[in-house]
Amino acid sequence: MLLLLYLSGGLFLGWSLGANDASNIFGTAVSTRMVKFRTAAIIASLFLILGAVISGAGTSQTLGELGSITMIAGAFMVALSAAFTVLWMTRLGLPVSTSQAIVGSIIGWNLFAGNSIDFYALSRIVFTWIFSPILAAIFAWLIYLIVTKLFSVARIHLFRLDSYTRISLIAVGAFGAYSLGANNIANVVGVFIPVVPFTDIEFVGITFNSAQQLFLLGGIAIAVGIFTYSKRVMLTVGKGLVKLNPQTALVVVLSQALVLFLFSSRGLEGWLAAHGLPTIPLVPLSSSQVVIGAVIGIGLAHGGKGIQYRILARIASGWVSTPVIAAIITFFALFVLQNVFNLKVY
Amino acid sequence: MQLFKKTKKLELKMDEFLDTVSEAGIIFQEGIKHYLNNKTDRFENQIKKIRQFENRADNLRRVIEQQLYTETLIPESRGDVLALLETTDNVINQAKETLLEFSVEKPQVPQVFHEEVLHLTDHVVHAVDEMTKAIRAFFKDPKAVRNYTHKVYHYESEADRASEHLKRAIFSSEKLTLAEKIHLRYFALHIDTIADRAEDVADRLGIYTIKRSI
Repeated sequence: MLLLLYLSGGLFLGWSLGANDASNIFGTAVSTRMVKFRTAAIIASLFLILGAVISGAGTSQTLGELGSITMIAGAFMVALSAAFTVLWMTRLGLPVSTSQAIVGSIIGWNLFAGNSIDFYALSRIVFTWIFSPILAAIFAWLIYLIVTKLFSVARIHLFRLDSYTRISLIAVGAFGAYSLGANNIANVVGVFIPVVPFTDIEFVGITFNSAQQLFLLGGIAIAVGIFTYSKRVMLTVGKGLVKLNPQTALVVVLSQALVLFLFSSRGLEGWLAAHGLPTIPLVPLSSSQVVIGAVIGIGLAHGGKGIQYRILARIASGWVSTPVIAAIITFFALFVLQNVFNLKVY
Repeated sequence: MQLFKKTKKLELKMDEFLDTVSEAGIIFQEGIKHYLNNKTDRFENQIKKIRQFENRADNLRRVIEQQLYTETLIPESRGDVLALLETTDNVINQAKETLLEFSVEKPQVPQVFHEEVLHLTDHVVHAVDEMTKAIRAFFKDPKAVRNYTHKVYHYESEADRASEHLKRAIFSSEKLTLAEKIHLRYFALHIDTIADRAEDVADRLGIYTIKRSI
């Protein structure tokens, strides 16, 4: 019971991730009524959990390199502070991402514990944050050009295009959910990996290690977020900030899924290393920023009209402000936990 | 797979609807020819046919509209497609109404105007034919829509010119009474209105095509 209480910080982050980020995958599909919310929620939850359990280890290891938290009370406060940062900054209308908050929180813990910060790991993470929306823009630009060319050659009837789009939105959404689970689960429960007392479980011939059990718990928290709150967010995102039609949404979700997958896949990392190629760092990204990158890519394919460069500046400000705020909050929260509640946090 | 079957059926219905509109244009043309040649039985037969075609088009339109709504298909362009169906239906309605007016009012069209009436009808039927091609292109190949809509506009303005020419000839005739002239004028106007209805469809198609490309 106490363990669950400690994990609640991470599970709350998971709930918030499900509530907010599922809309990056199925927002347009649901708001344009191409896919029913129930279908979207079931597919998103299922594939997010699969992605988390099967491929979540890569990005968790990177966070571990930045700071391996040694006490469960510390991990709890790191996760809770990140969640609080996300909640607070969202309320203030500031650009925020769970990935950037958790990295800031881990740095805050490092500072509090007096550990040195691995600047190599940190620079790799920050570089990836900057690079990922750019890569998403390139992917979206390319995919958009290919798709529009295909449509004009294939001469698909509007009604049949509707069926193809619906099925593709579901298939690409499943891939997007898998990639999001693989990439972002580290944000939710990554900090607990070194400290949970779980033992390996064997189920139908497959062994689940303690990290995978944590990923499953985190995945369930994300699924609860999807079912309880994401519909509202989907309807707002789909019709508010960035209004896409179902075909452009398909391009955006596919680009996002590819980028998240590239930065989470250990299989790809191993393949690249085996062929003597430079590997891609496995880093938790902000799916919202990746989506914005993809939308900009489509804008560029249209000739670059209507791109609001102010939004880009806002994103860039988040790369700095979120980790700094999260680090400060974590530092003070750990101080309170240690000195008021007498708990060991490192 | 069920989804593909449904959309395939709907595609066929849409094709059938456009075939019906296009054929109704030919029936209208035949009807005018038979009327001018005093072949009353054949003319009445064309009226019977155009009524059946108009009914068929109405039924198909309703089935397509209902299916689009009940199965929530093409949610983004559903409103456009419904408006397109309604305006296209106006074309066939106008053709039927015009033939019916010939049947009810039996205007006396002097031999000297026959060629011009047939000329006007020819332009109108061409406009309708190009309109159905433009609609088919809208569904399958939006980039080609302009190739057909500009022909609709061309035939519509030709029909306007032919109609004006006919009306001038009617009113400058010394053999007709004013009542006969006014009577004939309305028929020139009715026939020409069919091309105007086709132009309305082309106008809508122009906007819907831009919307589809964004």
